[in-house]
Amino acid sequence: MDSSTLFGVSTMAYIVAMIIYITYLAFGKSQIGITATTVTIIGFISQTFAIGMRWVEFKNVGQMGWLRAAPFTNLYESLIFFVWCLILGYLIIEFKYKNRSFGAFVTPIAGLALAFIDLTGMDKGIHPLVPALQSNWLLVHVVMSFIAYSTFALAFSTGLMYLIMKTEKRSEPSYIFWTVSTGIFLVVLLAMGLDYLSFKVMIKNPDVLIKSFLFRASLLSNSPLVSLLSWIAAVVFIFMLWRYGHLLKKVIGSFSLSADILDDITYKSIAIGFPVFTLGGLIFGAIWADQAWGVYWSWDPKETWSLISWFAYAFFLHARLLRGWRGKKAAVVAVVGFVLVIFTYLGVNLLLSGLHAYGS
Amino acid sequence: MEKEKDKNITDKIWDLFASVKLAVVIFALISATSVVGTLLEQQAEPEKNVKVLVKMFGFDHETAHRVLGVLDSMHFTNMYHSWWFVAILLLFAANLIICSIDRLPRIVKLVKEPLKPLSEDHFKGFGIKKEVVLKGNPDKTKGAVSDAASKALGFHLTEVKEAHGYQLYSQKGNYTRLGVYITHFSILVILAGAVIGIFFGFKGFLNLPEGRPYSVAFARGSHMTDSAESERILGVLDTSAGNLSYAAKQLGLDEGTLRSKMRTYGIQPLGFLIRCDEFNVDFYGGTDMPKAYKSWLTVIKDGKEVLKKVIEVNNPLTYEGITFYQSSYGLIPGAGGNAIFRFKVSSKDGRAEVLDLKFGNTFAIPGTNLTGKIEDFSPAIGFDERTGRAFTYAEQLTNPAVYMNFFEGGNRKFGGWILKRYPETWKIPDGTVLEFAGIWGMQHTGLQVRKDPGVWVVYLGCIAMAFGLFTAFFMSHRKIWIKLVEEKNVTRVVVGASANKNRHAFEKKIDRMVGLLSKDREGGR
Repeated sequence: MDSSTLFGVSTMAYIVAMIIYITYLAFGKSQIGITATTVTIIGFISQTFAIGMRWVEFKNVGQMGWLRAAPFTNLYESLIFFVWCLILGYLIIEFKYKNRSFGAFVTPIAGLALAFIDLTGMDKGIHPLVPALQSNWLLVHVVMSFIAYSTFALAFSTGLMYLIMKTEKRSEPSYIFWTVSTGIFLVVLLAMGLDYLSFKVMIKNPDVLIKSFLFRASLLSNSPLVSLLSWIAAVVFIFMLWRYGHLLKKVIGSFSLSADILDDITYKSIAIGFPVFTLGGLIFGAIWADQAWGVYWSWDPKETWSLISWFAYAFFLHARLLRGWRGKKAAVVAVVGFVLVIFTYLGVNLLLSGLHAYGS
Repeated sequence: MEKEKDKNITDKIWDLFASVKLAVVIFALISATSVVGTLLEQQAEPEKNVKVLVKMFGFDHETAHRVLGVLDSMHFTNMYHSWWFVAILLLFAANLIICSIDRLPRIVKLVKEPLKPLSEDHFKGFGIKKEVVLKGNPDKTKGAVSDAASKALGFHLTEVKEAHGYQLYSQKGNYTRLGVYITHFSILVILAGAVIGIFFGFKGFLNLPEGRPYSVAFARGSHMTDSAESERILGVLDTSAGNLSYAAKQLGLDEGTLRSKMRTYGIQPLGFLIRCDEFNVDFYGGTDMPKAYKSWLTVIKDGKEVLKKVIEVNNPLTYEGITFYQSSYGLIPGAGGNAIFRFKVSSKDGRAEVLDLKFGNTFAIPGTNLTGKIEDFSPAIGFDERTGRAFTYAEQLTNPAVYMNFFEGGNRKFGGWILKRYPETWKIPDGTVLEFAGIWGMQHTGLQVRKDPGVWVVYLGCIAMAFGLFTAFFMSHRKIWIKLVEEKNVTRVVVGASANKNRHAFEKKIDRMVGLLSKDREGGR
């Protein structure tokens, strides 16, 4: 058995767990909940082994020491690690707060991240490290960044759940906010799925990167008709989500999940993630950049977007601690913050160029 | 509090700078402008950004040019160095400083003020409230309470006598309230470090050819071929081994004028000589994936070799505050004729010899009556899959090879390509092994050169930030008051406590303390 088999097992486990968690949310039987947790743990264990095995494989291919052979060096590996951190964080919360329903919101993020790997057809191969990445800073910088990203992802899902639970009217700004932003998120995902399908059918040349085909199958299609129809479909989809979003509220509302706990988890996740992100992501990143490139800060797109995300969470903390922002307002900031993090992480790699362009 | 209308203009400006609102506006400004700055490639050729605009916004070429022109006039193509971006950063610093000055005295007072016993009413308002009744009067029970607090919380309680008993109280972590200010202060330190770097530092590059020492580096964006004068200065510097006063005399200038001219041309004197003895790329196995870029550097000061180091990416060389980073490499144009090819020749009988050859040289192969000649060279040789014909596939020394012919008594016996990276090509038909050991004098190493006396200030700021964040988020200010009230042979113990962060954890500890007391318990809750 090799690491890719185990990665496959964990991907399957998370997707199955997602379905069971959602079933659990709908029926509320504790046996179903225990099954969901068990499946998640199985997925987590096999993923842990898979990462360990990939570490060994990577060490052998790259002919280097253990510290440098951390398999977190490209988009594929970092997504895998992100999911691992996210599930770990979720399991900790599940045991601490003795509440499983939250799983129905975290496992989809894990599932989506893993599906995204296949949707974009990203390279899964093990490649030895380019010289710039051969540094002991790689391990700390990447590990800490992803721990922070995962806590931000948790804050995002609790924030979103809070908004779903607490918004009443369709005219309410925070209701419009969560339905529209979730809608855009899903539309982008669907559009990328279409890109993937058309890419697989049309382009046989392996040298052509899917990157340059982003949204070409739908929203940015060369054919005006396809493009127009896609935009209409997207708008209709978002409208439907806005129109029927309250149904989701009923589902969550039927469950014994206190909004205060959600608010608390949102704050705590960010309060842990922010210092970790500052230290591991920004400071260690700067020290490493200083050693490798001779500049600790060069306003490279990745750095700049990290700073923008950092500002968003700094704002969250100041608003909460100085102005007592809680509830809906805080939840909106947590959601926006994570959208920025996603862009920092994926958008910059896919759309912009710069020194951090290893992941593309 | 002052009335709004009593405030004069200075107060109003002060209040503005002390407000979180301004901070939010500045965050938003930095973020919004930075978004534009990441979309446009900074300090790039205009054509590149025109392409970006065409691709992202679907402009036609002409519109894109016009839009770029407007953005360029607003400095968006080099925005992080523009006056207005620096102004925003300064505003940010001012905001941080004034915010801190505004709030610090109150916080310092809060931190330094010793805890006082509380009145009865205050006990009702605590987030953490416990009550328990113990056997015996307060004089007897207060010892047990102090012990329990010390065991469960690590608190040493101060004791005061009250009308019906005692009050015990203590606090911990009052200094953690300063964590926020340490964090804010650290940002200022980092900005100060950056400013030091801008004013007293230097950022440049140097394409250093193998074997030729340089005494200067070049500022980014400067071109060494800018003018005849800069060429002449460089030429003289080259012959004077970096000695500026000597070079100035040669040019008929005084040293100050020479220095200022050099500054105009972006030529930065190093104060010593740097030489690249060799540059080499290691590859992973049989692939063209680079494993390491290595430059063997030597620093020469006052005619003596003072430092030798092999630098790689992530492993630079620093001398006298100037750091050299491995950043790129390339072939020196037209250097092929002077390049030296090094071969380690091992003949069949086991004798070995090193030969340094040039293009076109004829040489005798030791231990045989063969002569060899280098007839052709390719920096990156590939062979056509069908015809087997050799071709060059890259303009770097990715897969260097020489074509050698071998002669005996003037007649060509055999010949072929010898590839540096492939030992199986080193053996010639008569059994001699010609190990292709190196090529010298054909490449330059591309070095990033930096002097930044502010970097240590930045690092200090980073350490302070880590420390500040840790105290601000993971440590808390905890206070506890315990009232012991005498009631007919028993003591009613009322506990009130607070923590500015992670109250839950503190409450758990207090529960443990109450649990420790419960062996003397009489009832109650």
